[in-house]
Amino acid sequence: MTSLPSPLDSPTLPPSPTYLRRWGWKRPSVLPGFGLTMGFTLFWLSLIVLIPLGGMILKTATLGWDAFFNAISTPRVLAALRLSIGGALIAAIINAVFGSIIAWVLVRYRFPGRRLADALVDIPFALPTAVAGIALTTLFAQNGWLGAPLDKLGIQVAYTPLGVIVALIFVGLPFVVRTVQPVLADLDPEIEEAALCLRASRWQTIRRVILPSLFPALVTGTALAFARAVGEYGSVIFIAGNLPMVSEIAPLLIVIKLEEFSYAEATAIGTVMLSFAFLMLLALNGLQRWSRRYEEA
Amino acid sequence: MMPPTEPRWVRYTLITVAMLFLTGLVVLPLLLVFAEALRQGLSAYFTALTDPDAWAAIKLTLLTAAVAVPLNLIFGVSAAWAITKFDFKGKSLLITLIDLPFSVSPVIGGLIFVLLFGLQGWFGPWLRANDIQILFTPIAIILATIFVTFPFVARELLPLMQEQGRQEEEAARVLGASGWQIFRRVTLPNIRWGLLYGVLLCNARAMGEFGAVSVVSGHIRGETNTMPLHVEIMYNEYAFTGAFAVASLLALLALVTLVAKSLLDAVLERREQRVP
Repeated sequence: MTSLPSPLDSPTLPPSPTYLRRWGWKRPSVLPGFGLTMGFTLFWLSLIVLIPLGGMILKTATLGWDAFFNAISTPRVLAALRLSIGGALIAAIINAVFGSIIAWVLVRYRFPGRRLADALVDIPFALPTAVAGIALTTLFAQNGWLGAPLDKLGIQVAYTPLGVIVALIFVGLPFVVRTVQPVLADLDPEIEEAALCLRASRWQTIRRVILPSLFPALVTGTALAFARAVGEYGSVIFIAGNLPMVSEIAPLLIVIKLEEFSYAEATAIGTVMLSFAFLMLLALNGLQRWSRRYEEA
Repeated sequence: MMPPTEPRWVRYTLITVAMLFLTGLVVLPLLLVFAEALRQGLSAYFTALTDPDAWAAIKLTLLTAAVAVPLNLIFGVSAAWAITKFDFKGKSLLITLIDLPFSVSPVIGGLIFVLLFGLQGWFGPWLRANDIQILFTPIAIILATIFVTFPFVARELLPLMQEQGRQEEEAARVLGASGWQIFRRVTLPNIRWGLLYGVLLCNARAMGEFGAVSVVSGHIRGETNTMPLHVEIMYNEYAFTGAFAVASLLALLALVTLVAKSLLDAVLERREQRVP
């Protein structure tokens, strides 16, 4: 990861303190095109992202606090938010465990099919969510390839909250693997040899030496998987069964409210989810800064 | 000295656990898409694909990607140029805002356009008075797709161009090159593979987007159904061959994207090794 250079790094201008005090919000440069590219960037950002999102927030503001609170505090909405956030949390934790194992195996061991397995990790990124949704549903349905044996054990996955979690594990998996993998690959083997020379057992080395250095990346990857899973829609709605209060996720409730023309309620739920996403983004920025510092230290 | 490692039985157990997890969660669903699509035989498969509604969905998906991807490409290059070649205040806020569409639910990506252009939306009454329809038309589908794929190209280019610095461009400027010449002759050759990478990922998402598009499309058969929406409708009508046939095309697109991505990875790695 490269951090943005400080203005002092640029060779164009001597880092004179009097000069620095003079540049306002933009440092002068010999390169052309700032006005054009910055103008277009801000224009397009406003048109596609800021104005539409602002429109939603303004709409929420016109509801008034009471109406907003009433819209989001119905049992059905609360249950949906709980399922979306709780299910995403459980899925992220499961991904943290299995994602680390997969990253570990891919980096540390050599076995036939390793490169193929490495490529397969990206499938959940690339496969359209609706395709993943119908495939997972058919796979875990009562007569499906995996659903049938599980049914014999008395476990129902499709059309239950468990199905929601399976779909969320699917979408979150690459985030953990792809965040942990490069850090694991860059880990200096010498520190493990040093631990071995100091007569640490292999388990002690993993627990005391390797895991602490992986920890920031693992937390970041898990948070990324969690953030993605909270808002996930396409891969979940097929497998969930969508029973109100039981297996209905928050994004689906927005769609249902829109279909009922209850714009106010849809907007209120949307604003709660947007605020949550923004908080996650800030937390992730902080996390990434933390892990970068950790790696450099 | 051999690098320290685990006992053989631990290694085999971990490899087995990892491979079982990947097989159950990733390989089986992928195989299942093709198995279900071909279950009734090849002719049923091709009949499902040549169905007029399926064709209309394929055409709309191609049109959407053909509009959304170039627009986001221009945006991505322009944002990356402004952000990496200049220093200004508020840079990290700008990057966070560009990233925002990645972190919100795709359904919100559709909801915001309903709130702008729907009957009860901000521009709803005006649009109605002037007899203009945006919601439930391909325009809304394209807008929602641009929203969800917004950060893809910028995200690939930002770290790449940041790493390459600006000395080469500054040298070109001092030698008298114009802005466009600098971009075409100096910057573009440096970033072309990263750019291609971003476009590939952007295109895959644009063609496969479901949540945002589903909210604004209105699901009008033959008119506002994209491929993922067609998959949904067929599936909900228990027309499984029809659903999985179109789904198999989307799965193929994902596989082609991944293969192209790993080829690009190999190219980038070789380039890095050549340049010390």
